[in-house]
Amino acid sequence: MLTAILVLAGIGLALGALLGWASDYFKVEEDPIVDKIDAILPQTQCGQCGFPGCRPYAEAIAKGEADINRCPPGGEANIKQLAELLGVEAKPLGEGLEPKPKAVAVIDENTCIGCTLCIQACPVDAIVGASKQLHTIVADLCTGCELCLAPCPVDCIAMTVIPARLDNWKWQYPVIHLRQVA
Amino acid sequence: MNGSPYTQSANNSVRITMIKVLVALIPGIAAHAWFFGPGIWVSLIVCSLIAIFYESLALVMRGYPQKPFLSDGSVIVTAWLFALSVPTLAPIWLYAVGLLFAVLVAKHLYGGLGQNPFNPAMVGYAVLIVSFPTYMTQWPAPLQLATHMPSLANAVDMVFAGSGSISIDAYTLATPLDTLKTLGRAGQSGTEIFNQPIFGLIAGKGGEWVAAAYLLGGLLLLGNRVFTWHVPIAYLASVALTATLVQAIDPSQHANAWFHLFSGGVMLGAFFIATDPVSGSTTPLGKLIFAGVAGFITVMIRDYGGYPDGVAFSILLMNIAAPFIDTYTQPRVFGHAKGGKVGK
Amino acid sequence: MRAIHPFHGGVHLAEHKTESTGTAIGWMSLLPRYVVPLSQHIGQPAIPVVKPGDRVLRGQMIGRPTGTISTAVHAPTSGIVSAVEMHPVAHPSGLTGLCVVIESDGADRAVEMSGIDWRNLDPAEVQAHVRDLGLAGLGGAVFPSAIKLQRGNAARIPTLILNGSECEPWITCDDMLMRERADATLRGAAMMRHLLGADTVLVGIEDNKPQAIAAMTEAARQAPFPVEIVAVPTLYPSGGAKQLTRLLTGLDNPTGKLSTEIGVQVFNVGTAYSMYRALELGEPMISRVVTVTGHVPRPGNFEARIGTPLRDLLAAAGGDLPGTTGHIIGGPMMGFDLDDARAPVVKAVNCIIAKRVEQFPPAAPAMPCIRCGQCAQACPAELQPFELYWYAKAKDFEKTRRYNLFDCIECGCCSYVCPSHIPLVDYYRFAKSEIRAHELDAQASQAARERHDFRTFRLEREKREKAEKLAQKATTRLDSGAVAEDDPAAAKKKAILQAAIERAAKAKVATTPQNTDNLSPTVQREIDAIEARRQAAPDDAAATGRQPTEAP
Repeated sequence: MLTAILVLAGIGLALGALLGWASDYFKVEEDPIVDKIDAILPQTQCGQCGFPGCRPYAEAIAKGEADINRCPPGGEANIKQLAELLGVEAKPLGEGLEPKPKAVAVIDENTCIGCTLCIQACPVDAIVGASKQLHTIVADLCTGCELCLAPCPVDCIAMTVIPARLDNWKWQYPVIHLRQVA
Repeated sequence: MNGSPYTQSANNSVRITMIKVLVALIPGIAAHAWFFGPGIWVSLIVCSLIAIFYESLALVMRGYPQKPFLSDGSVIVTAWLFALSVPTLAPIWLYAVGLLFAVLVAKHLYGGLGQNPFNPAMVGYAVLIVSFPTYMTQWPAPLQLATHMPSLANAVDMVFAGSGSISIDAYTLATPLDTLKTLGRAGQSGTEIFNQPIFGLIAGKGGEWVAAAYLLGGLLLLGNRVFTWHVPIAYLASVALTATLVQAIDPSQHANAWFHLFSGGVMLGAFFIATDPVSGSTTPLGKLIFAGVAGFITVMIRDYGGYPDGVAFSILLMNIAAPFIDTYTQPRVFGHAKGGKVGK
Repeated sequence: MRAIHPFHGGVHLAEHKTESTGTAIGWMSLLPRYVVPLSQHIGQPAIPVVKPGDRVLRGQMIGRPTGTISTAVHAPTSGIVSAVEMHPVAHPSGLTGLCVVIESDGADRAVEMSGIDWRNLDPAEVQAHVRDLGLAGLGGAVFPSAIKLQRGNAARIPTLILNGSECEPWITCDDMLMRERADATLRGAAMMRHLLGADTVLVGIEDNKPQAIAAMTEAARQAPFPVEIVAVPTLYPSGGAKQLTRLLTGLDNPTGKLSTEIGVQVFNVGTAYSMYRALELGEPMISRVVTVTGHVPRPGNFEARIGTPLRDLLAAAGGDLPGTTGHIIGGPMMGFDLDDARAPVVKAVNCIIAKRVEQFPPAAPAMPCIRCGQCAQACPAELQPFELYWYAKAKDFEKTRRYNLFDCIECGCCSYVCPSHIPLVDYYRFAKSEIRAHELDAQASQAARERHDFRTFRLEREKREKAEKLAQKATTRLDSGAVAEDDPAAAKKKAILQAAIERAAKAKVATTPQNTDNLSPTVQREIDAIEARRQAAPDDAAATGRQPTEAP
């Protein structure tokens, strides 16, 4: 009886130690889910989701505090990817959120007073300028987050939709009139 | 906006492909009418009409236009293959039930033309043989053996009224495959069995000629490049090889390769059913595997299974496996190393 | 006789070549105006180096190459630059591109041109020369030629292939060029051979061009270096660079790698001819042979200056006949519909076809795919087009990529043979451009993330530094015992800011207009409308909040 107990306990201990060692030795360095979510988000840092940036939103999704359909710049494609990553159903963009065409902010250089308020607001440092100097937005770096619009005291920033050009033009989804054929 | 190419090959459409298939079936049908009586025309017409009705109904329910889809001919091909697979001169309700499953369930519930994972005609056949086995064994006898040859009028009568002025036994006879199975089970030896009057030169009397006519039609399609050689050759080779092996194990109980090739639905299956691109495998290697395994299963069912013929079940089983086979047999792409991974 | 190594698939097409081979290559009279796009090649567009009002000479550089993959653009004739503006260009999108518009002065005076001693100069110098003379591949891809003349890591590129296959129906510009200018073409090949260090020179020509083969064979006999003229079977797309390489050498160009890795470089015969003009005569790429065919009275080939408006080129062939339904730029298999015939000839334009309904009927309605596999049998890239279609249609781009979408050369064979008449290539083009756009987006968001992270880090550092400074100050203040009641500096700042806001508001209302003399009525109306909006704006903005404005 005692022998049996001892043997079993011994086996248990040995296997437990083996498992413990294995879990440590074969540890898989996996991206935490927050990083994976953050990698999908468009990094506009616009805050339209209600969180102060993409990372906080990613954290909220990971904790289950936020839905996956709160990101208008990411749009449908983003929701699809998030749904796949998290193994949930994709859904349409959340209420009150509208997808907008991609746009960049442009400063009206005649009106800018050089107050630097927009520079402080820009989450990606896409505005260059110094105090009392004319500011300008580096279009390539602008994510279109619109965060610079509100702080400007003279309303000199406007959003400009990026027009279709030869270098960003895309082939459209082929239209097949299957049902209309007579 | 439409992009290039701005030109398309002439005389190439789904409809033309389907018409070619129908034309290639004519020799087999003619042989059938010659050896088993003109009743086959009645069942072909009745099946076509029923199938067109179902197709039209499905199109209405799905909001698709009638003309392009009814005129593509795919539903007629399904109807004819079905009519050639089930006993001629069966009552009309049997056709109606079979085609209901073929056209509405197997084809349209899965998304219609091009989307069906299973061959519709074979689904219809399988449903019937599982549900109504008695009806499904009542094949017309070859004319030399029938006590009464049903005329066209008799045939119409039988199909629509379910019976007629002549009794079923007067014109039906167990098929060679059936005979082989029943008598073999009863312990008779191969020589005894093959002395039965139903057997002809190498397979069933009459049936062997119908099979030869299907072979002819199939070779016409092959020559016309409607399909590649892979499926029919692999299927027939596999049937022959498996049958030879099985016969080697027990020569007294099993028929030889020629018998298997020219009886039942093997020729029809090899050229007209297994070659269905929608439900079959599409890669060259995949086609060989698909048809090869199907041929093996066919003979296994015939020699060891409960059903006299295994063509329909073997093809349906391989239909399930086709996407899987395709995933693992993607051909090498130009400029890629051999054995490079594709798909998955 | 060289062994031919056939490629998989391909289709036989109605050739329609004889329509435009009846007459010799025609010359066009000088036009009053040329429109020269700055982006005619793959890679970075050239940067304009002229401005409106400038006087230019034929062959003068008007666009400077920039970046690694780029080439120069030159004036096709002498005259005055009237504008550097957006103008319709030959592109499937129908969008406009930046062009230099030149009003010719009729004198057609040229800059001084002279060849270079390419045999003895440093290869890098020759390449720079080729780049400055604006050479780009004339086969259709318009890849800057200078880059293709580099040997890369290899000591030499043993095989040079001249592509004279010209497998697309209707197009005959390479055929006519080889018939008439075989000798000069091979002289261009000599330069390429020298720069690449090639010892084998192969010219692949489809066997439906016997006259071109004869002319080239004759020229090859007299060439001072060995050239093999190889007749390849007429089977579309034998003129694809990878397909031709396979045909002539049996080698497969590995996916995603340059052909130089297998020791092969392929140039179009037209490019070889231009190379001769450039290095031997010093002439930049300011013209090319273009086929004008289809529904026109006098189809043929023309030596057209780059920048020739396409409608003028059509006029040279007699103009559109009644019943013309549109124009294709390039061939019917890989070309595209021309939106606006004001678009000019560029280096990529090898053919313009006037369509009529009998020859180019509208596409038949598409039926569902029945997986018949005819596309896979026709695909020269050995792909499974129906699988690609399936996933592209479902917008499952990851799957299309795994089924090697990017090995597709968009030759159109699959669409051509499809019994269901599905515009397969349109789906592939769609999927490819979505994937490319998505990659760019991913890059942009990665950059944005980095900038955002850095900003967060910077703000935190500033905060920390400020806190440290304050703490230090507090210590010193405590030491001196004097604590300020109010911060006068802050109040002063606020006042300055307020004053600036007021100034800006005033400026916004009363900006002095400039350049308002001699305005056309339309412009004046527009200005009035803008003024009205400006007056109303402050109240509107207050009432409705800020609205992003859309660009026109």
